[in-house]
Amino acid sequence: MIIPLLKGLAFTLGRFFSRPITIQYPEEKVPPAKRWRGIQYFEKDEQGKTKCVACGLCMAVCPSQCIYIETAEDEEGKRYPLTYELDVLRCIFCGYCEEVCPVNAIFVGKNYEWVERERTPFLMNTEKLLEEKKYNP
Amino acid sequence: MQVLYLLIETIVKCVVVFACLMLSVAYLTWLERKVLGHIQIRFGPNRCGPFGLLQPFSDGIKAFFKEDLVPGGADKPVFVLAPMISIIAAISLFAVIPFGNEFTIPGTSWVVKLRIADIDIALLYIFGIASLGEFGIVLGGWSSGNKYGLTGSLRAAAQMISYEVALGISIIGVIILSGSLRLTEIINHQAGGFWNWNIWYQPVAFVLYIICGLAEINRTPFDMPESESELACGFNIEYSSMKFALFFMAEYAHMITMGALAVTLFWGGWQAPLPQLNFIPGVFWFCGKLFLFLFFFIWQRGTFPRLRYDQIMKFGWKILFPLALINLLITALVVSLKG
Repeated sequence: MIIPLLKGLAFTLGRFFSRPITIQYPEEKVPPAKRWRGIQYFEKDEQGKTKCVACGLCMAVCPSQCIYIETAEDEEGKRYPLTYELDVLRCIFCGYCEEVCPVNAIFVGKNYEWVERERTPFLMNTEKLLEEKKYNP
Repeated sequence: MQVLYLLIETIVKCVVVFACLMLSVAYLTWLERKVLGHIQIRFGPNRCGPFGLLQPFSDGIKAFFKEDLVPGGADKPVFVLAPMISIIAAISLFAVIPFGNEFTIPGTSWVVKLRIADIDIALLYIFGIASLGEFGIVLGGWSSGNKYGLTGSLRAAAQMISYEVALGISIIGVIILSGSLRLTEIINHQAGGFWNWNIWYQPVAFVLYIICGLAEINRTPFDMPESESELACGFNIEYSSMKFALFFMAEYAHMITMGALAVTLFWGGWQAPLPQLNFIPGVFWFCGKLFLFLFFFIWQRGTFPRLRYDQIMKFGWKILFPLALINLLITALVVSLKG
């Protein structure tokens, strides 16, 4: 009857002197999984602009319909997105937009931390998506 | 003039002991959370100050600013009185604990004894006041007008009665050995090295004392009055704010006193473990031994699960009580035969 009690005490004492396995979140972070789908970002082209050609495939494939695109053409007749809106609050991070993109412009990134006090900042536009690249080296 | 000096000495000792006790209580909560954390391979509090050392104070501030709620069905005077009884009993217990030998103030012939009161029925006093402290728990649960609180206080009453018997009988052996109820004489009886400590002469009594002491201060594995899982905190379910904090402080102060009494009765109090080490002040040895006991109390809390209620009662009456009686009989027999 007493031996198991002492065994238990020895076990907890061993645990007491072992290193805690806690990961202290804001300072230390667990790297996300390889296939993790986080917040999207735009890949830049040579001029530092978006690669997006506003074909509208991502808008069509998006199951939660969180992407809205208005197309325009520049002087050279190249199509570009006049407005590109991605509502992150509606997004379900399925990654179809990345899969469907013919010019490899949009990618789902690794970032999962985003806190705001209002809803409007979560409406990402082209600049925001380009900026998001910095979390995904 | 002598009376005035005595008064000043007593007041200073009271203030110092009270402050130290409260500080120990605060840091005991910190230590408990830290040790439990490390036992569960996590860190415990480490956000408030270095190593979370400011955590007790932030807890205190939080408790102070919480809403002080008295439930509608509660018996208000008793409800308010209960935490006070608990804390008063827990603090006044420490008045008779000797935590060091005497010393002379340099430059004078005034001898300061490192204990507040050196009364000759110290052990009786301790057990009387300790049982009084249980009234706080019993009345607190009963007066809050809550079925869980009532169940908790019923359990507290039953458990107190069952374990107080074995606790009282187990230490009679020590009293027989030293022939006094005065704690300083019990300590002086154990002077001259660790082989003179009572634990070697009364090992069964020591184990019984630790077990019954844990039950007496309602600590795991005997925390039936406030079993979180089935009674949702039991007797203190309706308490909030400083009233809850008072119960909490009382529990920890009581735990310190239990440890201090174990040190006094069985581990030679302030006596150094080896006669060669007597140059180190007794307070140091006392605090060191007390720390070991407190660590053990926390350590076993992180190890043992809570007993079932009927198991506790059976254990108390059918195992501990007869063991204590046998121990008492054998001790008395041996002492009387040796003359």
